[in-house]
Amino acid sequence: MRFTLNGVATNVDAHPMSRLLDVVREECQLTGTKEGCGEGECGACTVLVDGDPVCSCLVPLAQVEGAEVVTIEGLGDDHPLQHAFMNEVGAQCGICTPGMIMAALSLDPDASIDDIKVALSGNLCRCTGYSAIYRAIMKARRQ
Amino acid sequence: MAAVGNSVPRKDGIGKATGRAVYADDIVMPGMLHGRTIRSTIPHGRIRSVNVVGDVPGLIVVDHYDIPGRNVVDLIEQDQPFLVERDVRHLAEPILLLAHEDRDVLNAVRVEIDYEELEPVFDPERSQGILKAIDIVKGDVETALADADFIVEGTYRTGHQEHVYIEPNVVVAMPEKDGIAVFGSLQCPFYVLKALKSLLGASAHIRVVQTETGGGFGGKEEYPSMIAGHATLLALKSGRPVKILYDRVEDMIATTKRHPSIVRHRTGVMRDGRIVAMDVGVLLDGGAYSTLSPVVLSRGCIHAAGAYRCDNTRIRGRAVATNTPPNGAFRGFGAPQTEFAVEVHIERIAEELGMDPVSLRELNALRPGDTTATGQVMGTDCSAHIVLEEAVRRTDFRAKREQYRGTNRSIGLALFFHGAGFTGSGERHLNSKARIDLTERGVRIAVGSTEIGQGTRTMHAQIVADALAIPYEDVEVAQPDTTVVADSGPTVASRTCMVVGKILEQCAMEMKERLGGMSPSDYHAKHGGFSVLRKYEPPGWIEWDDHTYRRDAYATYAWGCDVVEIEMDPDTLEVRPVKVTAVQEFGRPIHPALARGQIEGGTAQGLGYALLEHVVMRNGGMANAQLTNYIIPTTLDTPELDIVMLENPYAGGPFGAKGLGELPVDGPAPAVVNAIRHFGIDLREIPAIPEHLVTCASR
Repeated sequence: MRFTLNGVATNVDAHPMSRLLDVVREECQLTGTKEGCGEGECGACTVLVDGDPVCSCLVPLAQVEGAEVVTIEGLGDDHPLQHAFMNEVGAQCGICTPGMIMAALSLDPDASIDDIKVALSGNLCRCTGYSAIYRAIMKARRQ
Repeated sequence: MAAVGNSVPRKDGIGKATGRAVYADDIVMPGMLHGRTIRSTIPHGRIRSVNVVGDVPGLIVVDHYDIPGRNVVDLIEQDQPFLVERDVRHLAEPILLLAHEDRDVLNAVRVEIDYEELEPVFDPERSQGILKAIDIVKGDVETALADADFIVEGTYRTGHQEHVYIEPNVVVAMPEKDGIAVFGSLQCPFYVLKALKSLLGASAHIRVVQTETGGGFGGKEEYPSMIAGHATLLALKSGRPVKILYDRVEDMIATTKRHPSIVRHRTGVMRDGRIVAMDVGVLLDGGAYSTLSPVVLSRGCIHAAGAYRCDNTRIRGRAVATNTPPNGAFRGFGAPQTEFAVEVHIERIAEELGMDPVSLRELNALRPGDTTATGQVMGTDCSAHIVLEEAVRRTDFRAKREQYRGTNRSIGLALFFHGAGFTGSGERHLNSKARIDLTERGVRIAVGSTEIGQGTRTMHAQIVADALAIPYEDVEVAQPDTTVVADSGPTVASRTCMVVGKILEQCAMEMKERLGGMSPSDYHAKHGGFSVLRKYEPPGWIEWDDHTYRRDAYATYAWGCDVVEIEMDPDTLEVRPVKVTAVQEFGRPIHPALARGQIEGGTAQGLGYALLEHVVMRNGGMANAQLTNYIIPTTLDTPELDIVMLENPYAGGPFGAKGLGELPVDGPAPAVVNAIRHFGIDLREIPAIPEHLVTCASR
């Protein structure tokens, strides 16, 4: 199965019904994408497929044929959102953080706090009460 | 610049923001097998036979006969087996272990178990099995009740709560020369070590390493010992590394939860509002084995009279056994249950007296010089009035309460406290140690206290940096590995900053003296490295009697007052929190942003406990063991959180800090239910879901 992963043409020999999450973590050894529930409720496994945030635990590999897939590793380590999550303590235990950042990437630059809440409503965080995550996103957009 | 008091960058921030941090499920080892746990499908009975169906090449099978040492998870009591031998005491109890290199093959294996079923006990009020009994007596309750102007009685109930750390449990065990190494998502590496020593025999060479841990909240305090034991048995039998990863359903069905509670209050009150007698009965459902129930009950009972002064108090606590999966540690550790009861009860007393609930609390809240239920004399570190006044002032509570009357909006508050560190003589028995090492680059902290999101590494490094007067960046923190670090005790009980941080501060002060004004790197270049190891010295004035439960239950307490504004849909009775104001005093924040994060996150967990989180038990097991229908707060369920951090430095903590981690969970549930009461709904249990509210509303 051919697709683009973090800008690199990739060809994976796996069952077409394999979960994209497993392909990314195991075949491609990119373990920044996390599994929290396996049923699309927690959002820890969020990646971008052709720019849209999706739960990679619900996406079969066949569905990304020819698509652009971006994981947290695709951001490198100098993205404004990453700095903001570090500085505003938007990450506590950190297990939801990659998915949270991937979901936040799709926000409009002028999104309101209510827009942010809706955009992140599929990403569960049990540590922060979300406030520090909002602060991080707001700060990243001011930069 | 001083590190303490400033929100310096988290030590683990970059790894977490880039996805590079290594969690246990990210570990892959050559030849690694996947492990699977076969569990009981009945809540109570005896096993007649166990049969693995068919012949699966490469399958490793482990049962209790494979255990070289003792088949008990060594914790407080030695009652819980790693693997059932004959008697099944709860649903989802581990019976057999399987491992295979192919996950699909492993998951397809069928195991048939034949049982003789026995009658289960699910109702704690009908249980005959007492796991722990505690009686606290102060003054003469019966006489004081007889002399009181009014007696107010009530029964309050709380349900299970599931931790929902976003990373499910996972452990990897790897055979090492003459022993075993275990890597896992866990809070207490030395608890796991103790349990594995019992499993394998004292002479076994065991190394326990904590990997990055995706949340704990108490849920990874004791249960990882069980999983580590299972992975170890499979690894030793196969001679290969074995990973056991629970999926969400297994994690929710099989692992511990917050103890359900039934708390009864009988309170004597004078016409002017003075509380003269408190008679409290605390019943906790411990589940099938003791685990930590004795100490959860202990903390629950000590907090059961609330943040109030009363000369005549009797608290009778019982933790009992039922045929349900064992309940265990969960942030707050018994106090959220008992403080829920007392704070809703206080609200009812105010109602009965026709008194303003703030005034009733002002009249009775603890002040310096007052004594608690155990007879502990409050010092100047008692801030009950300070947090109450600030919360009432900041929210304009009294005016809003009047203003909202008759609308679908309401406001309620709760006053609460939380003892920091192990209860009573616990810290003395723990005898925790901490160590710092002088290295080429600076100083390395070597303690078993784990980073589980709360910021252990960061705030320990801040404390050591400032005590040594060196840059924060020059302090590194060793990964907890039981063969490398000092046993600083478990990462629980709001003790990691206050207790372990204090030992580290003393280590650093001793090291500073030995450096004689040289920088660590200069000293190292000239004289080589050295280490400083110190033990915890509890404050000398602490007196505690384990038998009578008298005197100083905790070295200090943190204090909080939460004000919750809610809206209720008059048709569906759904309650939505609109705003929470959390005023909390915990000595002094070492790292203000981390401290704020503890309060915000704990408050959100408390709101979930109050309004959403409903564990449905059916035939002794969790029937809604999925995130689809066990609901924790999302962004849309979490209201605006106004956090106020008040300072009242505590001399026994590092840089004046008290414990904070658990305090924020104690307040939201009673504050929510007290707001609902203001609608005229006599609710006495949580979660406050419409299904419960409708029965109260129609009463």
